Amino acid sequence: MAKNNVKKIFRMGLWEDNPVFGQILGICSALAVTNLMMNSLIMGLGLIFVTGLSSFTISLIRQYTPKHIRMMIQVLIISAYVIIVDIFLKAYLPEMSKALGPYVGLIITNCIIMGRAEAFAQKNPPLESLLDGVASGLGYTIVLLIIAFFRELLGFGTIFGIEVLGDWWTPWTIMIMPPAAFFILAIIIWITHNIKEKNEREVAK
Amino acid sequence: MIELNPFIIFLAAIFTNNMIFANFLGMCSYIAVSNEIPTALGLGQAVTFVLAITSVINYLIYDYILVPLQLEYLRFIVFIVSIAAIVQLLEMVLERYLPNLYYALGIFLPLITVNCAILGVSLFMIIREYTFMQSIGFSIGSGIGWTLAIVALAGIRQRIKNAPIPKGLEGPGITLIITGLMALAFVGFSGIVQIQ
Repeated sequence: MAKNNVKKIFRMGLWEDNPVFGQILGICSALAVTNLMMNSLIMGLGLIFVTGLSSFTISLIRQYTPKHIRMMIQVLIISAYVIIVDIFLKAYLPEMSKALGPYVGLIITNCIIMGRAEAFAQKNPPLESLLDGVASGLGYTIVLLIIAFFRELLGFGTIFGIEVLGDWWTPWTIMIMPPAAFFILAIIIWITHNIKEKNEREVAK
Repeated sequence: MIELNPFIIFLAAIFTNNMIFANFLGMCSYIAVSNEIPTALGLGQAVTFVLAITSVINYLIYDYILVPLQLEYLRFIVFIVSIAAIVQLLEMVLERYLPNLYYALGIFLPLITVNCAILGVSLFMIIREYTFMQSIGFSIGSGIGWTLAIVALAGIRQRIKNAPIPKGLEGPGITLIITGLMALAFVGFSGIVQIQ
């Protein structure tokens, strides 16, 4: 596998085709867990694990799966990995498992994973699919962490549970409530669209 | 925990614990299919219908098959398969017996399998340990709440079609901001009832 190829996969996953602000996929769970950075980090790691490995598995058996039932098989593979994540969280991080609640299970219906399976793993060799899955998962995690950074900092005055802003800071309650998640994601989409457009204009020149 | 009346849960699922504004479930199709009121209404009806049926069946499967066999950890696979099967079955039954409804909902039915709201409701009712009646109230309420949100959004989007929007905000950006404002309005309901 050429080094260039790896670089390209990561650039696509992290920036150009970033699942959240590039393709508007997987925002269901992206918004719900971003009230604390720790939640977002664990959720992101879980998603990287599931996207990477399910892309790998789907690509591995892609020649043997009949075309018309491939969706069902993909969903089953994804659910199997999600169950692993769920059991792992319950055993080692019970607090976190409770905080994330149903959103761990909802990784199954996260469009990012199915999207990557259909768009990439179906046509490419296993190792590249694994990298592609990880890259998309990383792109998702980074956006999650950015949203969570603002929400936790302004809403609680903390980062990863460590107090950063002192007593003088009055927490913005709205930041912990759902509306703030919509606003911050909208602003991120706005900024990235503008940067992309500027780059395109420069290329056109 | 105080036993909540199913009707209270029903109301809470529409207003205070709205699927979209409080739990962010079903966002994908919410943003994609909210350009026109009739389509939004059609999808909303289909979602409500499927939600009511799947949650009843998933409730029975979980309580009478998975729990006695101590297979709770398999619930994700079982739920997603049963949802896919029910949607498929529903499609066939509707096509055979209620062709009018089938053509109205037709294109939306397959989309519903991957709507996070459906799986989300099933998982929520397990985690919150609802009784059978409470589950029914919760699922129908969630469906109606989701429909309310998507129809309202479609109405607003039709209005702003010709409005001058900053270039980078067009499409999903402005939709999210509108949703945020609507969510703010729904925060106002939070004094009525509260389920965690």
